[in-house]
Amino acid sequence: MKPRIEVVAVDCLMVRLFEVITEDNMPWMLAATERLRAGFGRHLIDLVPSYTTLMVHYDLSALTPSQARELIAEALTDLAANPQARGQCHVLPVWYDLSVGPELNLLSQRSGLTVDQVIRRHSEREYQVFALGFAPGFAFMGLVEEALAAPRLSTPRKRVAAGSVGIAERQTAAYPVVSPGGWNLIGRTPSKLFDRERDGYSLMQPGDTVRFEAINHAEFIRLGGDDTPQENLA
Amino acid sequence: MSRLLIEASTPLCLLQDAGRFGVRHLGVTQGGALDWVSMSWANWLLGNSLDAAVVEITLGGFTLVAQDDCCLALAGADLGAQLDGQPLAPWRAFSLKQGQRLQFTQPLLGARAYLAAPGGFAANKVLGSCATVVREELGGLDGFGRALAKGAELSYLRPAVELRELPREQIPDFKLKLPLEVVLGAQIGEFSGQSLFDAFNSVWTVDSRADRMGIRLQGPALQYQGQPMISEGIPLGAIQVPPDGQPIVLLNDRQTIGGYPRLGALTPLALARLAQCLPGMQVRLTPVVQETAHQQQVEYLRRFA
Repeated sequence: MKPRIEVVAVDCLMVRLFEVITEDNMPWMLAATERLRAGFGRHLIDLVPSYTTLMVHYDLSALTPSQARELIAEALTDLAANPQARGQCHVLPVWYDLSVGPELNLLSQRSGLTVDQVIRRHSEREYQVFALGFAPGFAFMGLVEEALAAPRLSTPRKRVAAGSVGIAERQTAAYPVVSPGGWNLIGRTPSKLFDRERDGYSLMQPGDTVRFEAINHAEFIRLGGDDTPQENLA
Repeated sequence: MSRLLIEASTPLCLLQDAGRFGVRHLGVTQGGALDWVSMSWANWLLGNSLDAAVVEITLGGFTLVAQDDCCLALAGADLGAQLDGQPLAPWRAFSLKQGQRLQFTQPLLGARAYLAAPGGFAANKVLGSCATVVREELGGLDGFGRALAKGAELSYLRPAVELRELPREQIPDFKLKLPLEVVLGAQIGEFSGQSLFDAFNSVWTVDSRADRMGIRLQGPALQYQGQPMISEGIPLGAIQVPPDGQPIVLLNDRQTIGGYPRLGALTPLALARLAQCLPGMQVRLTPVVQETAHQQQVEYLRRFA
């Protein structure tokens, strides 16, 4: 493991750990995150993890670019994946239904599976949170099995309902708030994904693992879900 | 407490500070004043900490009426400000008597004016900042990301302790056509030779497709020849090049990660200048190495000491 350090801005360096996206990256990414946070301490402004990289934004009044490089190199010396370094494991309840997941049919047709099989296959895997982005609390998770993979919609929706669960290529995610979006929608979670009152704000953090659990309509409503059909948001 | 009633406003008049930090790994954008230099001077004029909450007024259309005797500072663009109908030039601290009206009419020079109050305008911080990000429903007077609206009241808590005068030579000259410095990024070698030449030898026009997320530049199409990228963290000022080849400078309200290749990132001083450019204006780009840009930035920050 020899991470590359690249210049990205006057006060930002990119630590490139991998070239491809796999679940095996995560124990390394978490170990590197921990080391970098400790190494930079209060001089760290933000550490932005993505699938294969960690962007280090540091305080330029405290560190020169070369000092920052040295800190990174030092922090990542003899980096070892920490197999114990797993984030939290979440179970996310999802009401899989055509009214809130209009692409269930499309995924069924593409894969040759029945809608029930699509739901079962989506909910039986454990996914990793690779990165958060797009919106506060929006977690990019994967990888969904090949059969369920599908490209983004050619025309994104202007308004996707909050809680909507979708698939794009081999990734899956849930929309924290109403927003534009082009993912294939298959269901909706009643869980609050981003909450300014919660410690840590976001339900899911980079490195966490997530399993989706199919629930029925009554349970969805009991958990506070909003069952407004997606087509009413158009 | 001193209060000011908002008599007129637009969706482009926002409470801002230096931005929201320490939460970008959760997908929360940075936010904050686009022209950090002018925001800092506005605060400096009142002896505030440089990141105290200010009002960012873009283009004009903003009117305040003092409900008490007030003291404010104005920096940045000349938006044709008038105090009870009398012209009020920026880059100074000034007083308003109760009932006096402060009005921003139209952009005369620059695009964004910053209004500061002693100790900063009062607002609850959300995730460590009161920077307004409409899209994320964070910050602002109400905490839920709404723009400053007619009928709302701005206030500040502490009396003015120190009114400073800004030496003339410190006032940024928005008329100067300095090229915008770009710290070159890792994908720079993946652009065609012609594109690299074009990037730094062309005149770029500021497009009307510009907001707090990014400003598009119009000019020759730049050609990226590398592999498709995996999404990664986006720094402030990143110049990303989507498949149509027209670069977009990403600003404070950008998304936190993205997968378009980048030429590099504008320096903070270049970003402050770009934030004052109106659509149709022309800019040039020039490369700078990270160490030089760092030195320039540290030296500039000393001016506020």
